[in-house]
Amino acid sequence: MIELNRDNFDAEVFEHQGAVLVDFWSPKCEPCMALLPLVEAMAEEYAGKVKFCKVNTLENRRLCIAQKVMGIPTFFFVKDGQKLVELNAETATEANIRAELAKLL
Amino acid sequence: MTNLEALVLVVTHYFKGLICMAHYDYDLVIVGGGPGGLAAAIYGARSKLSTVVIEKNRPGGQIATTAEWENYPGSPHASGPSEMEVWVEHAKQFGAEFIKDEITSISVQGDTRVVSGLEHTYNAKAIILAPGAQPRELGVPGERKFRGKGVSYCATCDADFFTELDIIVVGSGDSAIEEGMYLTKFAETVTVIVLHDEGTLDCTPVLRERAFNNPKMKWIWNSTIAEITGDGIVEGVVLKNIKSGELTPMETNGVFMFVGMVPQTEWLKGVIAMDGRGYIEANEICETNLDGVYAIGDCRQKFLRQVITAAADGAIAATAAEKFIHEEEGFAEMVLHQKIPVVVAFWNPTRPESMDMNVALEKLLEPYGSAVKLVKIDTYRNLRISKKCAISEIPAVVIYKDGAIVARWDGVVDLAQVEQTLK
Repeated sequence: MIELNRDNFDAEVFEHQGAVLVDFWSPKCEPCMALLPLVEAMAEEYAGKVKFCKVNTLENRRLCIAQKVMGIPTFFFVKDGQKLVELNAETATEANIRAELAKLL
Repeated sequence: MTNLEALVLVVTHYFKGLICMAHYDYDLVIVGGGPGGLAAAIYGARSKLSTVVIEKNRPGGQIATTAEWENYPGSPHASGPSEMEVWVEHAKQFGAEFIKDEITSISVQGDTRVVSGLEHTYNAKAIILAPGAQPRELGVPGERKFRGKGVSYCATCDADFFTELDIIVVGSGDSAIEEGMYLTKFAETVTVIVLHDEGTLDCTPVLRERAFNNPKMKWIWNSTIAEITGDGIVEGVVLKNIKSGELTPMETNGVFMFVGMVPQTEWLKGVIAMDGRGYIEANEICETNLDGVYAIGDCRQKFLRQVITAAADGAIAATAAEKFIHEEEGFAEMVLHQKIPVVVAFWNPTRPESMDMNVALEKLLEPYGSAVKLVKIDTYRNLRISKKCAISEIPAVVIYKDGAIVARWDGVVDLAQVEQTLK
């Protein structure tokens, strides 16, 4: 998964032609840590089809606030520079993440 | 398909059915990997039951989202996540397995208890339910819309976003005040919205005193919130004074909700007995209405929901489950699965006439040799079996043949009739 920060966020996510998943996480967030290995497995599954990225929110607070992310886990699903949907702490289940990935293709 | 292929298919199905019926995946299946489930796993695995913990997230439960945890005996400065890792390792050391799956249903099929998840179905001799509880939503406009945009139920997850910002906490119980104080390490101010009159909080006195001395904690009394407002992210709330009904807008960057918990028992409704709020009704040894199914921790009716009480439940339920399994297996082996008639004598040491009966029965059955079996059940030590056979008076004698009761005597046992029945 590609590590994002304020220097590469726009280029990797919104200026990319194709499908992108962004996982906003932090090591302090238990639900995020539970999801992370699953998301990493999905990244291998979708290799070449969806670009998987992650943002460590502890190190990128301003970037998060600029993206209006004020809680985690949060996932962005982006296609051709357009954010199609966002999942939050309540909706970010493995099943929902898979469903949104399927829609990206 | 040829006839032969069809026959093979039918036979295969038949044998698969047989294998399923007779086969247990585990002695003990624990649904939920919070402190209760982990304590049950330690006790269960240590007493040599094949034990599995099935958890949909990472093991650890609610306490794994609590950074500072100071009321567990012997651990005055514990951290929830790292302490729970130790508990998981502890359970693994004794041989407990961990599986990630979300369990969605439970049933009893004969002697097997079955739980089914999104991934697999698990058969067990006994099941411990430890699904825990989750934070309750207040149910005000904006609450869902701003989830992850300033509305949060997890201080450790989201505190960093609010560094040097002004936030509010809704609620005044232990969680609200504890987490509120944790948030003061990040936020500029933490304003607590309290339903009660000035000075009254639902939390314990030690927390109240500490909170009142914290200069970053502010208080709004007799109030709740009626709405959460903003544009993309939270910018404010509408406060509602519950006495005057007056509505007042207030600017804030974040809203942390600690307004109680909801037991995660929806999937058990109609099968496991519970109260109107969804808390499972379980007795002193954590037994539910289903034989061999136990409920522990925050999901059950109890006075105090804490790690220590969940862990205590886990120890009790695992020990009760072990006893249950051994009594059931012992009775099945000694009585139900016997090919010959079995005379079961119920006695206990406080009733001399029941001990006399045992002696008389031994004498009576002597001539039958290995054609009849005598099993003596001490009703003090085998409460379950006595209950199962509906023994209300001692002495009592029950005769089994091929796993079924053919005759019984309660209170007064007529040995002549016993002999008549055997003939």
